Amino acid sequence: MTELPNATDRKMGLVIDLDTCVGCHACVISCKGWNTENYGAPLSDQDPYGSDPSGTFLNRVHSFEVQPSACGSEPAPAAQLIHFPKSCLHCEDAPCVTVCPTGASYKRVEDGIVLVNESDCIGCGLCAWSCPYGARELDLAAGVMKKCTLCVDRIYNENLPEEDRIPSCVRTCPAGARHFGDLGDPDSDVSKLVAEREGMDLMPEMGTKPVNKYLPPRPKDQMEDQIDILAPLLAPVAEEAGGFLGWLDKALDKLPGNSTEGAN
Amino acid sequence: MTHQQPIIDTSPKVSDEVRQTTCYMCACRCGINVHMKDGKVAYIEGNRDHPVNKGVLCAKGSAGIMQVNAPSRLKAPLKRVGPRGSGEFEEISWDEALEIAASRLEPIRKDNPEKLAFFTGRDQSQSFTSFWAQNFGTCNYAAHGGFCSVNMATAGIYTMGGAFWEFGQPDWDYTKLFMLFGVAEDHDSNPIKAGLGKIKARGAKVIGVNPIRSGYNAIADEWVGITPGTDGLFILSMVHCLMKAGKIDLEYLGQFTNAPVLVNQDPDSPDHGLFLRDDHGAPLVINRKTGKLAPFDMHGVRPDLGGSFELDGITHVSVFQLMAQRYLSDDYAPEAVAERCGIPAKRIRAIAAELARVAFDEAFELDQEWTDFRGEKHDKMIGRPVAMHSMRGVSAHANGFQTCRALHVLQIILGTVEVPGGFRFKPPYPKPVEAHPAPHCRVAPNKPLDGPHLGFVHGPEHLALKNDGTAARIDKAFTWENPMSSHGLMHMVISNAHAGDPYKIDTLFMYMANMSWNSSMNTRGVMEMLTDKDENGDYVIPNIIYSDAYSSEMVAYADLVLPDTTYLERHDCISLLDRPICEADGAADAIRWPVIEPDRDVRGFQTVLVQLANKMKLPGFTDENGNAKWQDYADYIVNHERKPGIGPLAGFRGKDGDKVGRGEVNPDQLDKYIENGGFFVEHIPTEASYYKPWNMAYQDWAVGMGIFDSPQPYLFQLYVEPMRKFQLAAEGHGERQPPEHLRERIKDTMDPLPIWYETDQTGNEGYTVNALTQRPMAMYHSWGTQNAWLRQLHGRNPLYVPTKLMRENQLQDGDWAKVSSPHGEITVPVMEMAALNDNTVWTWNAIGKRKGAWALEEDAPEATKGFLLNHLIHELLPSKGDGMRWANSDPITGQAAWFDLKVKIEKAGTPADLEESQPVFSAIKSPVGTGPEELKWKVGK
Repeated sequence: MTELPNATDRKMGLVIDLDTCVGCHACVISCKGWNTENYGAPLSDQDPYGSDPSGTFLNRVHSFEVQPSACGSEPAPAAQLIHFPKSCLHCEDAPCVTVCPTGASYKRVEDGIVLVNESDCIGCGLCAWSCPYGARELDLAAGVMKKCTLCVDRIYNENLPEEDRIPSCVRTCPAGARHFGDLGDPDSDVSKLVAEREGMDLMPEMGTKPVNKYLPPRPKDQMEDQIDILAPLLAPVAEEAGGFLGWLDKALDKLPGNSTEGAN
Repeated sequence: MTHQQPIIDTSPKVSDEVRQTTCYMCACRCGINVHMKDGKVAYIEGNRDHPVNKGVLCAKGSAGIMQVNAPSRLKAPLKRVGPRGSGEFEEISWDEALEIAASRLEPIRKDNPEKLAFFTGRDQSQSFTSFWAQNFGTCNYAAHGGFCSVNMATAGIYTMGGAFWEFGQPDWDYTKLFMLFGVAEDHDSNPIKAGLGKIKARGAKVIGVNPIRSGYNAIADEWVGITPGTDGLFILSMVHCLMKAGKIDLEYLGQFTNAPVLVNQDPDSPDHGLFLRDDHGAPLVINRKTGKLAPFDMHGVRPDLGGSFELDGITHVSVFQLMAQRYLSDDYAPEAVAERCGIPAKRIRAIAAELARVAFDEAFELDQEWTDFRGEKHDKMIGRPVAMHSMRGVSAHANGFQTCRALHVLQIILGTVEVPGGFRFKPPYPKPVEAHPAPHCRVAPNKPLDGPHLGFVHGPEHLALKNDGTAARIDKAFTWENPMSSHGLMHMVISNAHAGDPYKIDTLFMYMANMSWNSSMNTRGVMEMLTDKDENGDYVIPNIIYSDAYSSEMVAYADLVLPDTTYLERHDCISLLDRPICEADGAADAIRWPVIEPDRDVRGFQTVLVQLANKMKLPGFTDENGNAKWQDYADYIVNHERKPGIGPLAGFRGKDGDKVGRGEVNPDQLDKYIENGGFFVEHIPTEASYYKPWNMAYQDWAVGMGIFDSPQPYLFQLYVEPMRKFQLAAEGHGERQPPEHLRERIKDTMDPLPIWYETDQTGNEGYTVNALTQRPMAMYHSWGTQNAWLRQLHGRNPLYVPTKLMRENQLQDGDWAKVSSPHGEITVPVMEMAALNDNTVWTWNAIGKRKGAWALEEDAPEATKGFLLNHLIHELLPSKGDGMRWANSDPITGQAAWFDLKVKIEKAGTPADLEESQPVFSAIKSPVGTGPEELKWKVGK
């Protein structure tokens, strides 16, 4: 068993906007690239060109279909597709840390990042078993547990320009659906975004107190209910066939410099 | 254990060096930072300063590192030693390879250059490859546009002098309503994602029109799950609603479009349907100030949209009157089209109303003066914050050209093109159709072609016909079958060459085009055509030369393989002469340069073309004494001049590198590009930002840049007169006459105002379900779906079937279904998808692989479960019993009608009943073996 710190100075984490995520997997592969080359053992791939390729990823995107239910006698609204990126949520009460028999898994006091000290990891897999989110993956080549490091080797890295001191998934996200910051500071941009968009915890019932937050998709397919389709927006300018050109003539007269009165 | 934490290094060294070049994992051309360690590629990220991606990078871009180490990379030139299609080759030297190629090509050139068909696929060097083909002398050159999105590009250029994607973009900064038609997850990739994120962050609305609700459409606020092929009808119904309600921008239509131009209405006149013009050829309008005729561009003219004029007994009415006659008809009322489009009438009205509300009620002004081409000063720029974008879903139908035209008409009547908040062109666009070349096809032994191959026809006089009226080109581009085929018809080349129709060729030379697999219709048939022999035992297509970086399916069908480099090992230019990387606010171009050297005996294809040209002493490439002008492609990029002072790259010209657009050759130009991050941007002055086709500040800037030699203002062509000229010919006017069997079709389809028609359904009886493909975002346009990381995302492609069809056919996820079309039959795994038009099935394109290709194991899921829908699509329509070959293409542009496919679906078994998708093809022998069993790719120590 490994103890968690009593408190952390900051709660660094991600805010992921499910209204904007198009499911492009840019974050998945950028993460794979950075973390293969950097922190700890490379993220290996088994059978990469064969029948059952499988590799270690610290971040994956899952897609779910949602079928809104019918309301009254109206047919059910159209089904929706939600793209859901998932990585370690850096929980305040991280069960993956407390379950670790060697102390290899730990939560950092200064920023709350949950990390694995690979030299102490025995690859027993208890932490992956205890994580309700399936966010940890055992690397089959190295035999050690891998997980999102929140790019701890980027966010403080003095060899990177300051604007690049963010996780690689955030830096690369084309749609800008991923945000990084201190969720322990109510005045941070990410905290404000969570407040404004009613950001959610993933599976709060598990009692893990995840730091990462998800912004829910906005309501969809509501245009017909919001727009009066007859008037005034689409009210006909003329009912009879010849009326349109009459309307046109009057309308043109009202345009600047268009009046026929000044004809010479 | 009490809390303890180790000390870790949070500032490790990131790389030894960052080399900035241009991505080529798809056609998007983002800037990338390639981090190097120990001379190897360690990590790839987006370049923050780059105009295309501004720092972000997609999955493909980051996975580029797995292309550089891909086991499928070809290693050396290959000479075929087994039968075609077997994959049996021997490695040869480059000297021998060039000798073989030249020995085949030189006799063709001396005898009849048209016997060479040179077609390139996902080529980004078309201004160079076409220059090569022109100097070789063959008329048979094009790239892949004909089977991609030529309808979108051509309709845009004929209608408004520019098109989507590379030619223009939504005004992401100001738009409040963004409407997306037929865009899967592609074209273009990162800028659309970034734009969607940007507009969503400020609460702007997105409407997605697509039968499939995935990708961009998944995050659309409103999804319109339209019936494939009916977009034109839906759009014209919105045009109907907006015109009827007067929700159109009359000022804009009068000033900037040909809506007020007068059209001859006498059915007996040889000029029926043509514009009334003055002695200088300028189209005439009625000036509301005087009630008299005036040229459209006269200073102070107020063109009358409702104008009519009687001249010599012939009535002329304005284009706008013709539009009112057509589109106010109840044929276009939402109630009349709803069922065919699969969209409730109420929803069509709601969307039209929302377009009107945002365009007019949310109009805004930018405090920016500008002067138009008539010399009139405007003190403000009026914003109409509705932007639209569209691509292949709308384009790849046989009614796609007219549909794309309809879409542009919708944008234009709302006054949303080239205004703040709307759609904006990127240099070198806007550009009127008249400023493009016409097609050229005159071939002579030992001579260059008489001009550029591809262009824009203005009427029958520009068709590529021989003196006997037969097609000049092997793909029959620019013929009566598809007069406005500005990108050629790559999908017809092999079929026509095999049939000897219009003539036989000697050598098929292709680059980056997987024609024996996912880039062809009728894949099995194409393989047979490539391997078919005549009565003498010789191949019907005598010689095939192919260049590719990887062991694609097409490699096996070549007699000679010229191995290309990967994109990180080569020079390229992404040129303003071609398909540049401009933004609406600036002209931009870019280079690739070898950030690593190849570790194999491979050469960049363009360098090989230079070497071949020098060996054959082609004009253009050699001087009068036969001496080479350039040694390789980099040499060409720097030293070639199209016109004095204008070359492939616009930046850092002049001997000091301080000239832009026009300037003498700078020998250090590539170094300057590298210092600048691999690209160059020249910003457009603020006064020239919008209204570019009519804005003199823009026109003057474009002349200074070398984009034009003189200002080229023009009107948007709601009515496309060149189309009317083809109709007139079909009605019997003029010297060049279409063959009898095409007259009616030309009259019906070449309408100068957008129409919608049902595509040819001959043979489709019993096949009622629409079948489509999309590219996944992580593989869009990717020349590398074998990528070790990307194939873990998309290694198999089920057929996605809507809930209703799953139930009707008692199908469950993983079951096998037989899918048939009038042309063929496949058996494939299915998966239910609810967010899908309920009469449409679809799958991911280009996941399925042939066994033995791409250095994958033969039991890779791509080769066992993956499949191609291509087997169900033929390049010809089913026989009509008239003895003719009717292409499965748009009758106007020749665009491959991939998405007209109709199928029947039946359950074939449960998951256990079958091992592999059908059909199964024999394995091809891999010229490169297969890949390693494990990857632990860490290059730094």
